[in-house]
Amino acid sequence: MTNNGSSRTNGHRLSGYSAWSLLRHGAVGGTWPRAWREHDLESSYDAVIIGGGVHGLATAYYLARDHGMRKVAVLDKAYIGSGGSGRNTAILRSNYLTPEGVRFYDRSVKLYEHLAADLNYNVMFSQRGHLTLAHNDASLRTMHWRTEVNKLQGVDSEVIGPDRIKDLVPYLDTSPDTRYPILGALYHPPGGIVRHDAVVWGYARGADAHGVHIHQQTEVTGIDVSHGRVTGVQTSRGPISTPVVLNATAGWATLISDMAGVSMPVQTFPLQAAVTEPVRPFLDTVVVSGTLHVYVSQTDRGELVFGASVDPFASYSMRGSLEFTEGIAGHVLELMPALHRMKLLRQWAGLCDMTPDYSPIMGPTPVEGFYVDVGWGTYGFKAGPVSGEAMAATLATGKPPEIITAFGLDRFADGRLVGEKGAAAVGH
Amino acid sequence: MMLLPCPWCGPRNSTEFRYVGEAGPRPDPATVTPEQWRRYLYVHANPCGPVRETWYHRAGCRRYLSVERDTATNDVRSAVDTASAAAASSAPGDAR
Repeated sequence: MTNNGSSRTNGHRLSGYSAWSLLRHGAVGGTWPRAWREHDLESSYDAVIIGGGVHGLATAYYLARDHGMRKVAVLDKAYIGSGGSGRNTAILRSNYLTPEGVRFYDRSVKLYEHLAADLNYNVMFSQRGHLTLAHNDASLRTMHWRTEVNKLQGVDSEVIGPDRIKDLVPYLDTSPDTRYPILGALYHPPGGIVRHDAVVWGYARGADAHGVHIHQQTEVTGIDVSHGRVTGVQTSRGPISTPVVLNATAGWATLISDMAGVSMPVQTFPLQAAVTEPVRPFLDTVVVSGTLHVYVSQTDRGELVFGASVDPFASYSMRGSLEFTEGIAGHVLELMPALHRMKLLRQWAGLCDMTPDYSPIMGPTPVEGFYVDVGWGTYGFKAGPVSGEAMAATLATGKPPEIITAFGLDRFADGRLVGEKGAAAVGH
Repeated sequence: MMLLPCPWCGPRNSTEFRYVGEAGPRPDPATVTPEQWRRYLYVHANPCGPVRETWYHRAGCRRYLSVERDTATNDVRSAVDTASAAAASSAPGDAR
């Protein structure tokens, strides 16, 4: 794609959102029209996308908008955004370690910058800046490395010292006598947070306006493969014949790929997060500490959102654990001791599809017509728009665009791994 | 909290253990093909349901255990020492 992400949709709208429509609805009252419609399951589609998260819906949206492929179905076994898209901590950034990773996420951040106008849907993207703290010489060195890689790719990042960190986040304990003193930070001004549900709903509404069918409560139970190519999918609501299937199911990715006979190097690990009671605004950047396995941001409602690293063993269970709560509370207090009287409101978990090199798996598979956009591990949400754009091009042409060729499934057989652990393992 | 019934130490919190993962024999490096080796390194079954896997009791008896766990619910059915598990089953597991 060569456009700058700001091109407006030209599909028909059920109802446009604007200050005027808000005023009119406020004065007249009544209910707003549904943002996306429900349809009967048709017996055949040009493409079926499994997984109604931000990746699946963005792919459907760009497929319909940019490639004119309107007979597209998005299937979700529950409701849209019920998986990782509604469970992440909504942080966006592009300060990765590998040039491939930086280019990719830079494109995603740029798409997010224009997403509200593009979708006519307020996604509440707040580019408040992103700080990754260094507590030892080794991480400080990695941050200098990331800074140089970022700058070379035109991404705004710099290493700053404790004084500037204190200016940005006065509540941080930057004194040298803590257990993990803060030696510096990688400061990434374009990073920030977004309303993750709004991104899902906005893409769903945009895709619907372009004729995409969104089928919730529709579970895929089998994938039909004949002579090495996809011919259809079996669902809990009946069979669908289709020549193109995309697996965008994150934590459930191997269960779906196994149905097509494609084995993938993916393991499913839960990742837990928590939110506190709301307080007055005091934190207007995202603060991440890899050493302490924690990232903190304050929402527009005033709640603090905490996330951690993945649980230490593979599982599909999304139950929270006391170890997580204790660990995260201790680590947050290590950074901001003044929060000792804050109370946690709730905790939850999402499923992460972890790959051996912490990079995603995108593109074709040995089964013709069966594509994957999986292996996003702990940071799939921030890649939603660019993945949708790239996967739409892949589905429409059968050939992955240059921006994702490094992330193919064949890299594991060829030994071309894209190691992103240094920038992806904790700080999101 | 998830309890693992260690055959030597009794029921213990899972935080005392290190998760090793899928159990399976290591292919012979002298005869294995690159394709088989990479499958051994990277591609593991990732089932949602009952699995048999290896855990290491690092804060306890420091023995490797063969654990039966349901990955959908984290219910643990049994844990035996890998040495006795290997003796009990003559056929090694699937190398996948």
